[in-house]
Amino acid sequence: MSMTNGFPRGRTVIAGASTYGIGQCPGLSAVDMAAKAALLELADAGIALSEVDALYTSAPYEALGGMELAEYLGITPRVTDCNRTGGSAFEVYVQQAALALEAGLIDCALIAYGSNPASNPPPGVGMTRQSPWEAPYKPLAPLSSYALAASRHMHLYGTTREQLAEVAVAARQWAQLNPEAAVRDPLSIEDVLKARMVSDPLTVRDCCLFNDGAAAVVMVRADRAKDCARAPVHVLGTAHAVTHREISSMPDLTVTGAAISGPQAFAQAGFKPADMDVAMLYDAFTITPILFLEDLGFCPKGEGGRFVSGGHVAPGGGLALNTNGGGLSCVHPGMYGLFLLVEATRQLRGECGERQVKDARLAVAHGNGGVLSSEATVVLGTAETL
Amino acid sequence: MLQPEAEWRAHLAEGRFMIQRSRSTGGHVFYPRVMEPGTGAEDLEWVSASGAATVHAVTIVRKKDPADSYNVVLVDLAEGPRLMSRVDGVPVDDIHIGMAVKASIVQEGDKPLLVFVPA
Repeated sequence: MSMTNGFPRGRTVIAGASTYGIGQCPGLSAVDMAAKAALLELADAGIALSEVDALYTSAPYEALGGMELAEYLGITPRVTDCNRTGGSAFEVYVQQAALALEAGLIDCALIAYGSNPASNPPPGVGMTRQSPWEAPYKPLAPLSSYALAASRHMHLYGTTREQLAEVAVAARQWAQLNPEAAVRDPLSIEDVLKARMVSDPLTVRDCCLFNDGAAAVVMVRADRAKDCARAPVHVLGTAHAVTHREISSMPDLTVTGAAISGPQAFAQAGFKPADMDVAMLYDAFTITPILFLEDLGFCPKGEGGRFVSGGHVAPGGGLALNTNGGGLSCVHPGMYGLFLLVEATRQLRGECGERQVKDARLAVAHGNGGVLSSEATVVLGTAETL
Repeated sequence: MLQPEAEWRAHLAEGRFMIQRSRSTGGHVFYPRVMEPGTGAEDLEWVSASGAATVHAVTIVRKKDPADSYNVVLVDLAEGPRLMSRVDGVPVDDIHIGMAVKASIVQEGDKPLLVFVPA
């Protein structure tokens, strides 16, 4: 298989993007929130609900969520998917929607998600089974799995807790520039180091939020987008890799599937990591963007900790990473991947106010699911990058 | 008919830590399943694990009372497979990557549990 493999580079676009209810969203159900985000994003694009003929969602507690959302919206999609690759599902949807649009199978794809665990606590019964090979040892799920990967990275490469803390502090500094971010009070390296240790080496400040939020994007073919309300954001490349389900089966604790999906997505796009103006890399825990910076090719393997040091990924640093404040300081309602795509789109449309990256033309959104199990990369660009 | 998890637990209940091995490839398999991952080989047989292992990664789950904190490790068996477990018989903060350990079967509640102790 060639690295470019015929992906329809630039021929499909994100025409609308929105968030809804970030932080606290009491009184609504998850599907209410997804629908609110969807309507905002369709209005943003200037596309009518009746045009939507493909639906991609990942409901937080409803295994049959695709059907649920179709019914709720009152539409009859020709393609419906509710895949189960966790937080990476939404980047996978971009890939699937691009291919279905290119094939003429569909004309308008809605990708939507809502979840409010903070104000509407999850039901006791989850949708994932506990592994009989791990559960008896009582790892905190999913935290301890990421902690194990972090321990290995520290052992092999000398990555330090201070370097992990740099990721949390940079995210907080970006959040302070984003009025929508849920947590905006000051945070120092010292604060992170002194925070309550939960599962070594990760403290409570190395962990993402668990708050409310909804997001949606709409995708069409580039020719349709000419009539849309906003400048289209082109999908230049997408790729996905699944390496395992549980952490004990991860082939290499310090190399994720992003080492597969990243090079392929960048080859399709015809750009390198160094060309990216904005990097939106799933930050469930402070170790995750460090791994993805390495695996996607922003720095060599083992150098991620040093790469983020000295404020390099904070506002004013060398790389604009997670400019919305990330899962660490903006929003993480369980599956965060769609928010990465919304922020990348907003940056490429120049809508980000104080946190806007000047002349942003290229962005990468990288979603992560499970316990570093599913990795999906999307490279986006403005019209001038075609 | 092969019943991977049930047979493994039956062995454990009788004090034996067994893993699977493919007769054709020689590859060892854990957790138990109906085929060797990657090759698809179905000619799996039970063999005694040596019990020798090395700590590959470690985390300590911290509780309010430090006495209640406990470790979770990944260990690499001498035969190759990696699995999740815990290390008993040593303070949690003394457990480190690269530490040589050996398998031990303990009773946890009414069930046998595979753990590791310093070698």
